[in-house]
Amino acid sequence: MGSSELKRSKDSVSDESARRSSFPDEVLERVLSLLKSHRDRSSVSLVCKDWYNAERWSRTHVFIGNCYSVTPEIVARRFPRIRSVTLKGKPRFSDFNLVPENWGADIHAWLVVFAAKYPFLEELRLKRMAISDESLEFLAISFPNFKALSLLSCDGFSTNGLAAIATHCKNLTELDIQENGIDDKGGSWLSCFPERFMSLEVLNFANLTSDINFDALEKLVGRCKSMRVLKLNRSVSLEQLQRLLVSAPQLAELGTGSFSQELTIREYEELESTLSICKNMHTLSGLWDAKGIYLPALYPACSHLTFLNLSYAALQSVELAKLLAHCPRLKRLWVLDTVEDKGLEAVGLNCPLLEELRVFPADPFDDEIVHGVTEAGFVAVSFGCPRLHYVLYFCRQMTNAAVATIVQNCPDFTHFRLCIMNPGQPDYLTNEPMDEAFGAVVKTCTKLQRLSVSGLLTDLTFEYIGRYAKNLETLSVAFAGRSDWGMQCVLGGCSKLRKLEIRDCPFGNAALLSGLEKYESMRSLWMSACNVTMNGCRLLAREMPRLNVEVMKEDGSDESQADKVYVYRSIAGPRRDAPPSVLTL
Amino acid sequence: MASEKDLNLEATELRLGLPGTSDESAKNQTSATPRSNKRALPQESMTSNISTASKNCDQETAPHTKAQVVGWPPIRSYRKNSLQPKKSEAEISGIYVKVSMDGAPYLRKIDLKVFKGYPELLKALEDMFKFKAGEYSEREGYNGSEFVPTYEDKDGDWMLVGDVPWEMFTSCCKKLRIMKGSEARGLGCVV
Repeated sequence: MGSSELKRSKDSVSDESARRSSFPDEVLERVLSLLKSHRDRSSVSLVCKDWYNAERWSRTHVFIGNCYSVTPEIVARRFPRIRSVTLKGKPRFSDFNLVPENWGADIHAWLVVFAAKYPFLEELRLKRMAISDESLEFLAISFPNFKALSLLSCDGFSTNGLAAIATHCKNLTELDIQENGIDDKGGSWLSCFPERFMSLEVLNFANLTSDINFDALEKLVGRCKSMRVLKLNRSVSLEQLQRLLVSAPQLAELGTGSFSQELTIREYEELESTLSICKNMHTLSGLWDAKGIYLPALYPACSHLTFLNLSYAALQSVELAKLLAHCPRLKRLWVLDTVEDKGLEAVGLNCPLLEELRVFPADPFDDEIVHGVTEAGFVAVSFGCPRLHYVLYFCRQMTNAAVATIVQNCPDFTHFRLCIMNPGQPDYLTNEPMDEAFGAVVKTCTKLQRLSVSGLLTDLTFEYIGRYAKNLETLSVAFAGRSDWGMQCVLGGCSKLRKLEIRDCPFGNAALLSGLEKYESMRSLWMSACNVTMNGCRLLAREMPRLNVEVMKEDGSDESQADKVYVYRSIAGPRRDAPPSVLTL
Repeated sequence: MASEKDLNLEATELRLGLPGTSDESAKNQTSATPRSNKRALPQESMTSNISTASKNCDQETAPHTKAQVVGWPPIRSYRKNSLQPKKSEAEISGIYVKVSMDGAPYLRKIDLKVFKGYPELLKALEDMFKFKAGEYSEREGYNGSEFVPTYEDKDGDWMLVGDVPWEMFTSCCKKLRIMKGSEARGLGCVV
């Protein structure tokens, strides 16, 4: 089933444009049910009314990128057969405390509608939503077929909510609690899984802090023979890890607990031999407090590893180098900058298949210490890893020349997120702005979808972006630009732009209003600490009634300033659940 | 008069904003950031975020600290919080060990990291528990004292404080015990 076949049917339908399609609905629905990508489905639904209907009856998964762009009632009316929902809520900058508390994105109203319209709902994946324990309990008891819950960057709930899920969801296969603002009241939730319960395939509680009942966990893992993903929290010791692995050698993804318990020689050898039978392992994470001397125990399990997440393990360069020598198939690597440039050189030498690299800062707020990675490390990786297309790099110094070299070596970047941690810092060798660096990125990397810029940047950077970044969908800007012209270039030039988030830039009303026509084709715009005024926002709201224009005011700021602006398209109209700190214009 | 002076300063200040904008917030900034490292990063002083952040900064300490910007660098708080506990276990931060003294009703805790060597440690112990350790010699242990400082090492053995190099001691000391001289006979102490 390829898109070419669909194209042919499309042509024949447009030939008989005025007549009913001779294609039986059931067949069309069956064909369309094989379509998974929601973008393809959106395209299909626009062909004609019959196709619209066939698509909506055959859709089982709905992706809603902004929970306020639509209401649950509208979703339920259009798609009657949904089994899986992905919902995203707050603007991304809420991860960095820029969004006020109680901003919204509460899941409950959605759950109430789903309980009525989708009683057979199986999966719920939430990102940046507010979810209470009551909602989790409601979820647990309202959907008898519920299978998979994934929460990322959500808040408002505690481990009591998890207990409700464990207690009531008899068919649960996936419980994936990623980084969230969870109130960790203790580990007893894990003991709530019933004794006969054995369907769990994915269990991730890595970012919870409390001790869990290890006995309950061991029994659970022993019962769930189909478990393929297990991510433990820091409270689980090495010795306990070894015992768990004995009952789950089939694991494909493992997140260890703390990797630093004092082991005897025998215990170490036991761990090593248990790990060596985990031949299915393609993802490894956790490794909190990893002690260099114990890392070799992992080597035998690393031969098929494609994703290694060391972002919670402060490794030194030598330790990393030794470990990577055993990971020839690595495609994705996340590290802390404790590995320094030397560690990244080892990445370049050992990981020719690398596609994604993320380097996080171990001490982001300490600029007295001169540690971490520099441009040299990034360049070294680019020489050794030509397939690199996704990078997130936190550093304290960068040069235009280095970035030019990097993109020359790796022209296929789709995601380029560079964070020079000192706001507005120039090229440290030439003292010039970093314009040419990002110019090189957008000129060379024609497939670029996501870009985060940093350093000292004039409007020239944005001229380059507007002129060359024709596939750009997401742009993040901070402490950059000189005038409205910069933002105007981006809005005018980046035809595929969907998300634009800006903070602390000198862009004002002229820039904001230059995008009037554009915002309806975008998911959202965020501007904070810029030069936009309330009048500018009111004008935008008046001219574009199908946009929601929301302003968040800071305490003690000027009445006329629009401190934080969030603009998004919506068919739901202005929201009614905004807290007092959020003004809807 | 004062406000005119302020305006003049602002007019000559390197700024990112359009001329004539944000006079109010700029005034807040000039009053709040007198001692932040403005020359190094003139662009950094532009935001109301910085002015709030520097208001929160401890005004008296560390003249070198730049005002911390809200939400920058862009790292999720969950990640930041996960890194912090690790620090307290590492060599970078303190090594806290329990200290007991025979006859004392409760124990104390001290951070071995703050001492540079044995003399400082012994002095601190003497002050804390009001005793005198006496003279240390390799051959005879602690001479001329009723009390002897001992420690439990990684293997669980009780050792005399002072025999091994200081670095080795801090890495293997699990807890300290100030033993009464009468019990310390076997450790070579001459009372």
